[in-house]
Amino acid sequence: MMADGTAETARPDSGYNFAYLDEQTKRMIRRAILKALAIPGHQVPFGSREMPLPYGWGTGGIQVTASVLGPDDRLKVIDQGADDTTNAVNIRRFFARTANVATTERTQEASLIQTRHRIPETQLQEGQILVYQVPIPEPLRWLEPRESETRKMHALSEYGIMHVRLYEDIAQWGRIANSYDYPVQVNGRYIARPSPIPKFDNPKMDMNPAIQLFGAGREKRIYAIPPYTKVKSLDFEDHPFDVETWDEPCALCSARNSYLDEIVTDDRGTRMFVCSDSDYCGQRRDAGHRGHQAPPAGLLGQTGGKENR
Amino acid sequence: MQDGQQAPLLKAEGITHNFGALRACDDISLEVFPGEVLCIAGESGSGKTTLLKVLSGRLAPSAGRVTCRSDDGLAHDLYALDESARRQLMRSQWGIVEQNPRDGLRMGVSAGANVGERLMALGQRNYGGLRATALDWLGKVEIDGERVDDLPQTFSGGMQQRLQIARNLVTGPRLVFMDEPTGGLDVSVQARLLDLLGGLVAQLDLAAIIVTHDLAVARLLAHRLVIMRHGEIVEAGLTDQLLDDPQHAYTQLLVSSVLQA
Repeated sequence: MMADGTAETARPDSGYNFAYLDEQTKRMIRRAILKALAIPGHQVPFGSREMPLPYGWGTGGIQVTASVLGPDDRLKVIDQGADDTTNAVNIRRFFARTANVATTERTQEASLIQTRHRIPETQLQEGQILVYQVPIPEPLRWLEPRESETRKMHALSEYGIMHVRLYEDIAQWGRIANSYDYPVQVNGRYIARPSPIPKFDNPKMDMNPAIQLFGAGREKRIYAIPPYTKVKSLDFEDHPFDVETWDEPCALCSARNSYLDEIVTDDRGTRMFVCSDSDYCGQRRDAGHRGHQAPPAGLLGQTGGKENR
Repeated sequence: MQDGQQAPLLKAEGITHNFGALRACDDISLEVFPGEVLCIAGESGSGKTTLLKVLSGRLAPSAGRVTCRSDDGLAHDLYALDESARRQLMRSQWGIVEQNPRDGLRMGVSAGANVGERLMALGQRNYGGLRATALDWLGKVEIDGERVDDLPQTFSGGMQQRLQIARNLVTGPRLVFMDEPTGGLDVSVQARLLDLLGGLVAQLDLAAIIVTHDLAVARLLAHRLVIMRHGEIVEAGLTDQLLDDPQHAYTQLLVSSVLQA
């Protein structure tokens, strides 16, 4: 029953409660989410459950998704921007089977998007929910090993040490070398990790109309950014925050404003740069945009954007 | 105590602290005035370090009161303040130099970042400015500016201790606590460090409370000296007076045990 109608078959599984987790667990997680939304950027502990996938594969994100998912939702799952990678396919099929919800690959049509490592290029709308899979929620973790101390630092807004890390980067490399999981200050208060998204995506978090939820399964933490919340990437006055740029456009859809993956195409160093957001790239190609390495029309088959129930 | 009119910067009244059945500090009262260096001397286990921890806001005493005065002239009961106000006070008004520089420094980041950390914590967000300040302070504590990007691990013991001092003084504190600042350093390095400290204290009009078992340190730096034994103050007074004419038997013993070179 999957989007592209290929090998994936997802028949509803009747043996599980709706969306796998039992109702009490979902209520517990929803309470944590509500608290997280009330204190933007603050990490709320929750009773993380064992899920039928390994830690590091999105156990936090999948629990948050299961708790907010309703029968009328339309789910999109991406991994590194793509809808057709293992992690994305598995999680999407998991919810198609246990909750029998509709799925889609189109960002505009999804009411709920679970993501690993990217924010979709298409601007999110009010009413949409973006769920991030978070490996390590604590922004102070590699700077201060004591959990008791990091909590105190959050509580008292003692964040000088975050800039120590940026200072070290500039002293060593001449610029802030951190390019993913770039720390942000949410609503002028808590420092948070945006999960390992490229810093290219950081500006999209700022004043986003969608609800952004972050789930860390192994670390048992949930945090959130409510719609239209200020999110500022940390920087110095004389070394302002900036995002990655590329010398060439996407080789398939000629986009210049999207995050590009470098793909090695042979063993002689030939490479191409293509959009990491497969849905965005496909929609641009469907609309007639063609990059300098795009195959002739029809050869790629119909690109993303189909839906299924 | 140069100026009798001034109110004390820090005042301790009846400090008592017990570790279980052991009484580490017994009813200790003392005052420190702006610009004054007070040394607390005594043998190992006499309660010096415990007293310093209580005075510097890191250990709540079993009984007694510590009052400190901030920039705005207000007196605060240190242990009645809530924790955020206490930490704010410690961060902006005080410096704490640990006996072992590894405890007071961030060993994983460069010397420049160590000096700049407190400034960044207070909200400075200009890299160029932070770096200039770091270089300036490294110069003041006689560390070569070329080592600004080196890790403290690569520094000698004396350099680490000087770096720790720079890191504490960069925000212009009014009171500095030091626990055995010359411990573990060889004598020539000790002499240089003491020389440097004496200069900085006079230049910046700092008040300091220095814990030491070395009477030479007290002789060189301190205006006033307090001798502790078994958790009690046995004798207190002006340094030269106390060392030249000790009254208490224990002080006499202490002074006479120092080898005259």
